[in-house]
Amino acid sequence: MRPFEEDFKSLNDTLLSMGSLVAHSVQRSVLSLVEKNEDYAHQVIRDESRVDQMEIKIDDMVTSLIVREQPVARDMRLVVAAIKITTDLERMGDLAVHIAERALSLMVLPPLPATINFGDLANLVESMVLGSLDSFVKRDPETARGIVTADDAVDKARNEIQHRLIELMQTDAATVSRALEYIIVARKLERIGDHATNIAEDVIFLTQGIDVRHRVAEVV
Amino acid sequence: MAVNQPQPTSLSMTSESTAAAQTATPKMRASNVNFYYGKFHALHDVNLEFATNKVTALIGPSGCGKSTFLRNLNRINETLRDTRLEGEIALDGENILDMDVTEIRRRIGMVFQRPNPFPKSIFENITYGPKINGRLKGQSAADLVEKSLRRAALWEEVKDKLHESAYALSGGQQQRLCIARALAVDPEVLLLDEPCSALDPIATAKIEDLLVTIKDQCTIVIVTHNMQQAARVADTTGFFLLGKLIEHNKTDVIFKNPSKKETEDYITGRFG
Repeated sequence: MRPFEEDFKSLNDTLLSMGSLVAHSVQRSVLSLVEKNEDYAHQVIRDESRVDQMEIKIDDMVTSLIVREQPVARDMRLVVAAIKITTDLERMGDLAVHIAERALSLMVLPPLPATINFGDLANLVESMVLGSLDSFVKRDPETARGIVTADDAVDKARNEIQHRLIELMQTDAATVSRALEYIIVARKLERIGDHATNIAEDVIFLTQGIDVRHRVAEVV
Repeated sequence: MAVNQPQPTSLSMTSESTAAAQTATPKMRASNVNFYYGKFHALHDVNLEFATNKVTALIGPSGCGKSTFLRNLNRINETLRDTRLEGEIALDGENILDMDVTEIRRRIGMVFQRPNPFPKSIFENITYGPKINGRLKGQSAADLVEKSLRRAALWEEVKDKLHESAYALSGGQQQRLCIARALAVDPEVLLLDEPCSALDPIATAKIEDLLVTIKDQCTIVIVTHNMQQAARVADTTGFFLLGKLIEHNKTDVIFKNPSKKETEDYITGRFG
């Protein structure tokens, strides 16, 4: 392997490492909420600095590659995708921290009188995160397309949770502060799904050179 | 043209990538061009159009046939022994093989890799061609020299030493003088065979800027080993390999998302 090919491989591998770390943070943040697991919440908060450092490292690798190699074609698309994917991963890491922090707050409060099922939303979002990273690893545009079209289901699941929580607040004023926290968590999960969608769109650009952002599902 | 992930294919152009770069009225068109150096088959079934007032870059590894192809465009390969051209090369729809070769080389000028000014003054380098072609009638030599040197972005640097030897100029200036010399006979097409490979980066930048400005006046075909140069100056780019034209498309497409794996491997430096 020639030196510049090793540099591109190193960029690819570092992106994968960052993706893996963020995926674990998302999973732990959800578990910290659903299972009231304090250790997971603290782990997510500790890992945030590692995610941030990886973002800085990847940005540095990207600028060096641009300066030294003037990449074109698939190398250029990898560099462009790397810039965008690290931004989305870093934001996903931040959102996981926000969920973990709210989980810690909610752990010490009484549970809501009604059961709010976060399972569907959490499972959808986790599968989108893992699926988007998998599509990047395998350079698989079809898997990526599946992620892009799954975003609507996440929005629907989030809306259902929000609807139930609003109903609860309307019938029991004592639940308002806790219910609002859960609404925010649902929103954070939905945003994680949006970032996973962005990563999937970047994979389609990386593999096929097509920009599918801001298109309706049928066109994607 | 649909944008596809590069696929391994046989070494030939598809109609899709050709169609993408073709125009309704190309200035020049090469049709089924085959060329032989003796028994060696150097060019295989090349089909390529050159759009009017556009810059086309020809890229490819050493020995791929791009310079051989370029030299066929003004029939300069005929000066070599034991060569044979098959197919058609048309200028404004007319086969150049049916035309007067001197007139062809006036209408299709050429600039070579190493600057080759005549062993004459700067002034005489410009006027020599028009003089022997009878094209100085009706205009003064001084006007022609100034106009040509201005077109080549060289006037301000040499206007006070026009009667000094061209050999006193720097390499970059000599090359711009060669371009001015070619422009002096009002060519319709300008062929450049790696015109900057012997020049420093500053001189190269001046030549590249010049090409962008003069393409409004003539159609340009440039052979280059410098991928970034092709990306900077060319409207379309053709990739040659083993005597075949593999892909020809808008430069943006070639360098962002080429349709042929061979093209991508070459421009990303993985072979060649």
